[in-house]
Amino acid sequence: MIEFILNNNHVYTDFLATTVLLDFIRSEKRLTGAKEGCREGDCGACTVLIGEIKNRSIVYKSVNSCLMPLGEAHGKHVVTVEGFNQEELSPIQYAIVDEGGTQCGFCTPGFVVSMTGYFLSNKKIDVDDAVESLGGNICRCTGYAGIKRAVEKTVTVYEQTSLKLNHLDKLITAKFIPDYFKTIKKNLEQIRKNGNLRKSNTKYFIGGGTDLYVQQWEELIQSEALFASQEKIPNEILQTKNKIKIGGAATIQQVLESHVIKKHLPSLNKQLELFGSLPIRNRATVAGNIVNASPIGDITNILLALEAKLHLKGKRSGRDLFLREFYKGYKLLDKKRDEIVEWISFQVPSKKILFNFEKISKRTYLDIASVNSTIILEVKKDTITKIGLSAGGVAPIPLHLNKTCEFLIDKLINTENVKAAVEIAMQEISPISDARGSAEYKRLLLRQLFFSHFIKLFPQQINAEELL
Amino acid sequence: MRNYDSIQHVRGDSLFIDDITPPQGTLYGYVYYSPIAHGKILQLDFSEALKSTGVKGIFSAKDIPGVNQIGGIIQDENLFAEDSVHFVGHPIAFIVADTQLHAHEAAKKIKSIYEKLPAIFDPRQAAAENKLIIPHRKFELGNIDSAWSECEYIIEGSVESGGQEHIYLETQGSIAFPTESGIKIISATQGPTAVQRTAAKILNLPMNRIEVDVQRLGGGFGGKEDQATAWACMAALAAYKLNTPVKLVLPRQEDIRLTGKRHPYSSDYKIGLTKDGKILAYEVTFYQNAGATADLSPAILDRTLFHCTNSYFIPNVRATGLSCKTNLPPFTAFRGFGGPQGMFVIETAIYKAALVMGMEPAEIQRKNLLNEGDELPYGQKTFNCNAIRCFDELDHKFSVKNIFQEIEEFNMKNKLVKKGAAIMPICFGISFTTTFLNQASALVHIYTDGSIRVNTAAVEMGQGVNAKLKRIAARTLSVNESRIKVDTTNTSRISNTSPTAASKGTDLNGFAVIDACNILIERIKKVAAEELGKDDASKISIIDENVFYENEPTILTFIDLVKKAYLKRISLTAQAHHSTPNIFFDLKSNKGNPFAYHIYGSAIIQVTLDCLRGIYEFDSVKVVHDFGESIDQIIDIGQMEGGIVQGLGWMTIEELIWNGEGKLLTDALSTYKIPDIHFAPKEIKIHALENSPNDFGPLRSKAIGEPPFMYGIGAYFALTNAMRAFRPNMKIKYDAPLTPEKILLNLYNK
Repeated sequence: MIEFILNNNHVYTDFLATTVLLDFIRSEKRLTGAKEGCREGDCGACTVLIGEIKNRSIVYKSVNSCLMPLGEAHGKHVVTVEGFNQEELSPIQYAIVDEGGTQCGFCTPGFVVSMTGYFLSNKKIDVDDAVESLGGNICRCTGYAGIKRAVEKTVTVYEQTSLKLNHLDKLITAKFIPDYFKTIKKNLEQIRKNGNLRKSNTKYFIGGGTDLYVQQWEELIQSEALFASQEKIPNEILQTKNKIKIGGAATIQQVLESHVIKKHLPSLNKQLELFGSLPIRNRATVAGNIVNASPIGDITNILLALEAKLHLKGKRSGRDLFLREFYKGYKLLDKKRDEIVEWISFQVPSKKILFNFEKISKRTYLDIASVNSTIILEVKKDTITKIGLSAGGVAPIPLHLNKTCEFLIDKLINTENVKAAVEIAMQEISPISDARGSAEYKRLLLRQLFFSHFIKLFPQQINAEELL
Repeated sequence: MRNYDSIQHVRGDSLFIDDITPPQGTLYGYVYYSPIAHGKILQLDFSEALKSTGVKGIFSAKDIPGVNQIGGIIQDENLFAEDSVHFVGHPIAFIVADTQLHAHEAAKKIKSIYEKLPAIFDPRQAAAENKLIIPHRKFELGNIDSAWSECEYIIEGSVESGGQEHIYLETQGSIAFPTESGIKIISATQGPTAVQRTAAKILNLPMNRIEVDVQRLGGGFGGKEDQATAWACMAALAAYKLNTPVKLVLPRQEDIRLTGKRHPYSSDYKIGLTKDGKILAYEVTFYQNAGATADLSPAILDRTLFHCTNSYFIPNVRATGLSCKTNLPPFTAFRGFGGPQGMFVIETAIYKAALVMGMEPAEIQRKNLLNEGDELPYGQKTFNCNAIRCFDELDHKFSVKNIFQEIEEFNMKNKLVKKGAAIMPICFGISFTTTFLNQASALVHIYTDGSIRVNTAAVEMGQGVNAKLKRIAARTLSVNESRIKVDTTNTSRISNTSPTAASKGTDLNGFAVIDACNILIERIKKVAAEELGKDDASKISIIDENVFYENEPTILTFIDLVKKAYLKRISLTAQAHHSTPNIFFDLKSNKGNPFAYHIYGSAIIQVTLDCLRGIYEFDSVKVVHDFGESIDQIIDIGQMEGGIVQGLGWMTIEELIWNGEGKLLTDALSTYKIPDIHFAPKEIKIHALENSPNDFGPLRSKAIGEPPFMYGIGAYFALTNAMRAFRPNMKIKYDAPLTPEKILLNLYNK
C-alpha cells in the first residue's frame, strides 16, 4: 500500500509503485492542473512539489511528475497547482495574471508550482535565483518576459511581509500557500516509513528514474521495481580523512548544494546548474548518471577527471574499481546484474588543485551536451605534476584522455605544449554525427574546450590568439 | 489584464482536450504510420494487432464510408495512405483500444511490408524533376531586365532557411462523441469549419450532422490551422464506426514526427544598387520545401512573394516561387506564413551588399524604406505608411548610434568575446491573401438578467482574442465587462468560419461583434425612447449602463431596458456578418489590393558571442512598433515578446535534422530545443508608436499576432556582425538557423 498526502488529502493506493505519478494524479485523482507536455522532463508542464520531513521540518522540492514513480511518493506530501489554490489568487498567481505571464495557459500550472516551490524551499529570496528555479519550465507563448515580471512582482510582495514569522507562517500569512500546509508535518509523521511496497525479483532498479522513465516508461509501468531510496543505499555526501564519498542514492542537486563539494571544488556548484533542470537534478542520481553510461553524462565526465572510484555492492560481496575502468564499450559496463553502485569516492582535492568543467550544448541550459570536458591539475613552477582530463560526446563511452594526460605530465604550461597536446587528444577521440552535432563539429568543439581549459586557468602563460 | 482565462490558467482550472473528463466507455486511439519516406505498401496485416489486449478496432483507408480526402486547398491528401506512403509519419491506420497503452502495444504488432521507392528531400531536386505542387508563381514590378544596367553594384547569392516545429505546449488532440444525429467533435483546432467539412466528407454525412466545438488551444501558431483536422477525423471515424466516444491525443514525439512545420526554403537572389545604396532591382527565386502534399503551401508561398521586399520600396522586382514536392511531412502554417522566409532573403541581400559596398547595412535599410504611396510588388500602394517613422523613432528612443558605438568599443577591448547588433524593420500585410476568407460572424445574446454571451468564429489559443472580443462588446454596448462571457467556438452556433489565423482573429470577429452589438443597441434604444415617451430614439445614448436622452441622465439603466425589451417581445439576440471591404487580388496578374492595411515597426537586437566556444546570449531587443490604438496593452505586449522570442529561436537554435532516409532525428524536446527562460533576451523593450489610429481595425487597433515574429530575423545578422568582429574576412554561408555548431565551424573555417 502506498500512502501519501496529495495536496490536503490522504491517499492510499495499491497501484504498482512504478506507475507514473502524473498519470495517477490526472487519471485517478482527476487533478488535471499538471499537464503532460513531453513525458521526458523537458517542458516542466507536469511539475509538482514533493515535501518530505528532514531534520524535523518539511523540505519541498520540485520534480517532473512524468518521470516520478508513484512509489517514491510514499510518506511524502505531493503538491499540485490545485494544492495552492485559495479563495483569492496567491501573490504568485496574481502576478502571473497581472503581468501577462500566461497566454495559452498550458505551461502555466507548472510555472506556478515551480515559483511557489522556490519560495517554499528558500529563505533568502532573490529575483535572479527565483528566475533560475524556472529553468525547467518551457513556455512557447510569452517569451518569458511576462513571467520574469511576475517573479519580480512576487519577490516584492514577499519582501513586504513581516519578518517576525517563521518561514512557513510567513508564506501562509502572505497567502503564498494555504494554511493547511501547517498540518502536513503532523500528518506525514503518521505515515509508516517504508509502507508495503510490493517487491520481488524485478528487472528494474530505479535511482531517480529521470532517464529510465524517458526510455522505457511503457515497460516500467507494467513491471515491479526496486528503488534506490528504499534499498538502504546511502544518499549522503561526506568527507572522510582523505576521501569525498557520494552515496549511490545521492542526487545531482545534493552534490550542487553539498558543503563538502563547495569547500573543495568551489566552482562546481555553478557549473552543475547546466545539468538538466532543478526538477531533474532533484531526482537524478549521481550513480544513475554513471550507470546509464551515456558518453555525454555530465557528472560522469567530472568524476572521470577526478579519478573517482566506485564501490559496487553485490548480493554477497562488494568490490571497488576505478570509474575509468567501468566502461567496456557503448553502454557496456563492468557490472554484474545484481551489483549496484553503493558509493562513489575520490581523493580530497589538494588546495593547489586547478579545476575546470566545460559543457557546450545547442541551448545552454536544460540540454544534453554536444561535448563536455573536465580538467583537473596540479602545477609546480609552471609544470604539470598531476592531470585528469575527460571528454564526453566524442567516443562510445565517457572518455578519459589517457594519452593526452601522459603527454602533458611533467610538461611546462605554454601555448606550444597545449597545441601539441590537442593533437594527441584528436587521436584519442572518435565522435559520430547525430542530433547533437556533426562529427566534425564535435572534434572542433573538443579542441576549443581543451583550449578553454588552459585559457581560463592559465591566462598568463597561454596566448589565446596563437592557439586559435 | 485580468481576463477570466488567465485566472483559470494560474489555478490549473482551464480544461484542455486531455483534461476533459472522458465519458464512460471512451476508447483511446493511436496512429500507425509509415516508417519509410516513400514506397508502395505491399502488405498490411492487422490480424495479430486485432488480437492484442484491449483492442476494439483498427481503421484504415478501406473503412472510410465517404471520401478518403483531407486536402484543403488542393485535394491531394489522404487521411490514411492507400497503396503508397510518401513520408516517414504518413498515417496508415488508426488503432482504438480501451487504453492508450493498449492501442500503442497493438500498433507494434501490425505487420507491414513496403517496396521502397526513391525519395526526394531537397526542394531544388524536386524542382529540377518538375515535382511541383502548383505551377510556379511570379510577382513583377517595373522592368527588371532593363534595370540591371543602371545598377553600380549587383550582388548575388543563395540563402537557406530551416523549418520550425511549432511546439505548441498542448499536442494535437480531439474527442469525438456519437450523437443522435451524427458526431460531435471537441477539437483543438484553429479551423473548426475545416474539421467539420472534412469529417463530413470522410463520414459521408452532411455538414449539419457534424458539430465541432473548441474551448481553447494550448498554443497553435498555425500548426493547428489545417493540421488539427486529420486527428479529429480519425477520432470521428472510429466513434462513428464503434458508436462510442473516442479520444486521440498525440504523444509529443508522434506530434513532432507526424505533423508539418514551418517550410524550409532555399532561395537565390540578385540585388542591384546605385553607388549610394539605393536599391534599383531585386530578383529572387524561392524553392519552398512543401513536403508530400499541398496543405497550405500555395497560400504560404504567395505570402513569401508578397513580403519578399519586406519594408523597402524597390522599383524593379521579379520574384518567383516554386512549391516543391518532397518526401517529408506536409509543411504548414506557422506564424508569419511564409513572410519570414521571404524577408530573411532580402535582409541577407542587403547585408551582403553592405559588405561589398563598404556601407552600414542600416544605411541601406534606411535609404530604401517605404514611403507613403509607394507601390508594392503586388500593385498595392502604401497608405498610413509608418516604415520611416518607426525606423527613426527607434534611433530616437533607444540611441541606436550609441549602441553601435559602444559595441565597437567593447570589441576593441575584448579578444575572445564579441558583441554584435542588427536592425530589423518589418512591414506585414493584414488580411487573408485568399480574399474570400476575410469574413466572420458574431452571435450575441443578452439574457434577461443582463448577462451577455458572445459567439464568434474566433478560436482562443492564448493570443487573448476572447479578452479582446469581450472588451469590444463591452465598449460597444457600454456595459461592464463582467456581464460578458465569450463562448466556445462552435460550428452549430457560428457557421462557415474562417480559421483563426493571419493575425485576423480580432479584426474580423471584432467587427462582427461591433455590428451585432450595434443592432442590439438600436433595439434597446428604441425601447428606451418608448419608455421615456420620446419619438427620437437617436437622441438616446447608453453610457456605462446608464441611459441618457439628449445627453441628460434618465432613470433608466441598461438592465431596465433588457427586461423591458423582453416583455415587449423584442429580440435580445443579434447576428452580424462582417467582410473586409475593398480588398481584392487577381491571381492571374498577381496585382491587387490584398491587404486591409500594413503593420510597421523596427527593432534592434544585440548579442554577445563567445568566439572560443561558439555560444551566444541575447542582451536586448528594443522595438518601436505600430500597434494602432491597442485594445489591451498587456495582451499586445505579450504577443510582441512571445513573437520575438519565437523568431529568435527560428534563427538560432531551433534545428530540424533529418537523416538521409527522411527520418527526423530531432523529434523530441530533448533534441529539438526551443528558447528557455535563460535563452530569452535579458531585456525586451517595446515602445508603441504614438498617434497611429487605424480606421481599418476594431476600436482603431491593429492586428498583432504574426508581425513581431519577424523582428527575430535581426538575430541572425547581429550574430554575423559579432562573428565578423572576430573574423573580419570570414565568408559565411547564409544558412539559418545559426546554431552554435554553424558558428564555430564558420569561425574556424571548417
